[in-house]
Amino acid sequence: MKTIYLDNNATTQVAPEVLKEMLPYFRDLYGNPSSMHTFGGQVHRKIEEAREQVADLIGAEPDEIIFTGCGTESDNTALMSAAETNPGRKHIITSRVEHSAILNFVKYLEGKGYRTTYLPVDPEGRLDKAAFLKSLDDHTAIVSLMYANNETGVLFPIPEIGDIAKDRGILFHSDAVQALGKIPINVKNLPVDMLSFSGHKLHAPKGIGALYVRKGTRFYPYLIGGHQERGRRAGTENVASIVAFGKACELAKEDLSRGITRVARLRDKLEKALIERCPDAVVNGDKENRLPNTTSISFEYVEGEAILLRLNEFGICASSGSACTSGSLQPSHVLRAMGIPYTAIHGSVRFSLSTYNTESEIDQVIEVMPSIIHDLRSLSPFGRDKFERYLCAAGTGKAD
Amino acid sequence: MWEYTDKVKELFLNPKNVGEVAQPDAVGEVGSIICGDALRLTLKVDKESNRILDAKFQTFGCASAIASSSALTELVKGKTLEEASKITNQEIAEYLGGLPDEKMHCSVMGMEALEDAIRNYQGVKKIQKPEENIICKCFEVSEDKIRKVAIENHLTTVDEVAHYTKAGGGCGLCIPEIEKILKEVRSFQDVKERPVEKKKRTNLQKMALIQDVLEREIRPRLRADGGDLDLIDIEGSKVTVGLRGLCVDCPMGNMTIKGIEDRLKEVTGEEITVVTE
Repeated sequence: MKTIYLDNNATTQVAPEVLKEMLPYFRDLYGNPSSMHTFGGQVHRKIEEAREQVADLIGAEPDEIIFTGCGTESDNTALMSAAETNPGRKHIITSRVEHSAILNFVKYLEGKGYRTTYLPVDPEGRLDKAAFLKSLDDHTAIVSLMYANNETGVLFPIPEIGDIAKDRGILFHSDAVQALGKIPINVKNLPVDMLSFSGHKLHAPKGIGALYVRKGTRFYPYLIGGHQERGRRAGTENVASIVAFGKACELAKEDLSRGITRVARLRDKLEKALIERCPDAVVNGDKENRLPNTTSISFEYVEGEAILLRLNEFGICASSGSACTSGSLQPSHVLRAMGIPYTAIHGSVRFSLSTYNTESEIDQVIEVMPSIIHDLRSLSPFGRDKFERYLCAAGTGKAD
Repeated sequence: MWEYTDKVKELFLNPKNVGEVAQPDAVGEVGSIICGDALRLTLKVDKESNRILDAKFQTFGCASAIASSSALTELVKGKTLEEASKITNQEIAEYLGGLPDEKMHCSVMGMEALEDAIRNYQGVKKIQKPEENIICKCFEVSEDKIRKVAIENHLTTVDEVAHYTKAGGGCGLCIPEIEKILKEVRSFQDVKERPVEKKKRTNLQKMALIQDVLEREIRPRLRADGGDLDLIDIEGSKVTVGLRGLCVDCPMGNMTIKGIEDRLKEVTGEEITVVTE
């Protein structure tokens, strides 16, 4: 059975060009970039080339890019650096819908005496700007807000927030892991001090991330040891993956404008068809302002894990915000923060596309999904007609 | 991804006994759409023999919830209500070749739906138990349910309680209370597992032990089903109790009494008889 992979916000396939580029660095070019000999030195040059490729995708200077182990490390590093370089400031501003790499690190800092403001979002996942303005104070060490949400794809107004933070002289970090390569980012006209990236979200392998740190930003390293990354991230470089990340960024830049249009068209086709063909289905999140590849759809009266496993029978890969798939008993914190009714959260399915998806794949999903939903609904004790007695908040807070 | 057995996958993809039996004699309902899983069980029962002729289910939930429901209907068909009432959540899990720990609450839901259906058949109206002490507010799990499931499944950790009942799996505020309950359950289980002492207990010690078993083990289980009992008297080896709540007029009352008797015999090592007032 052919896999139809629509879970690209979880991870992506390594692009064939990327794989080709990285392989020699396992086999033949295994030198240590820190070595004094030519054999290692040539590897060092390749790393700097990759740094340029990453920088080029976001309009940065190469020495503003620090390679890390993953997106989580980039996020942790940014927060830790803010804490270390602002010892007198013990307040952090973030949002309720961040990735756990931010939320759990903030909790850790709370244990060290930090105070946090978790900004709310509206039913469409948009940031509460009034709450943001109110939350800023003289003790704020850092504002950390995601560029694009992994579950809904909804974009936060990063330029606007950055301007305000800059005016107040407050450090501003954005977790841009989901945004890189999917929408244009240019730090030249983006008032942000730090940005987190992850390679495996844009067709590089897992285990490589990057942190953009604007020149002049005070920085404190998270990993302390050797002089790698100019002392800002110790540890022998993950050479092959760095090379891969660089190549992936180069490809993303080439593909960006054409790719966005194509992916967005397929996503829109999928979304429109599913909403039309499956009754009581709604899109979660602000449709006007989101990533081109993501759609989160709630199918009422059925449970997400059951939908995913039925899709799995057709080789279709997606994800869900339901409790049963969250690894905890609580459904998605993102959809809950948006005030989506539980009835809809449990039946939420996220499709996230990539440039490798084809029209015929989307057509297959459109073909099988309505009968899966119909089937599971026929198993369910709930439904539009039987709903009253369960006294649920159906029809409120729907985000479409 | 969950590691489901082939049996779970089979019953999820091709569930047996889906729907509602026509003119059901018993209906059992548990869970809610808010909690993320719910089960509606309908039974056709032969009035003469009390035998379950047909069973069907409707389930809102994940693969293991659907498979557990289907397994339940397969297990109860052909059994008398009395036989069916002895089905435990472990049996449902075993029928499926096991469930992931985190999914054991699906089997508990099956057991609860069956209990609810049997109560319904006996004409017992579903009543809101007024003194029910809700421990987990996220998933509305009562102290009695936590005790009952913890005892029956030998649960020892907060994580296990969450896997089996969902309690404590939400905001986590009730975890200290769950720990307290587990400590009590454990201390009781320790007593149970101690070999029966050869040395004869004083009368007072025996009475304290019987009281302890009734308070900590028996009553929570009855209360979880809307019933209860009072200890009236202990004279020698004769224990007199009064059935309360839904236990009054429960056709299964004799079985309950017999069960209590067996348990007290086991714990005290004496020939206890239990009678009602």
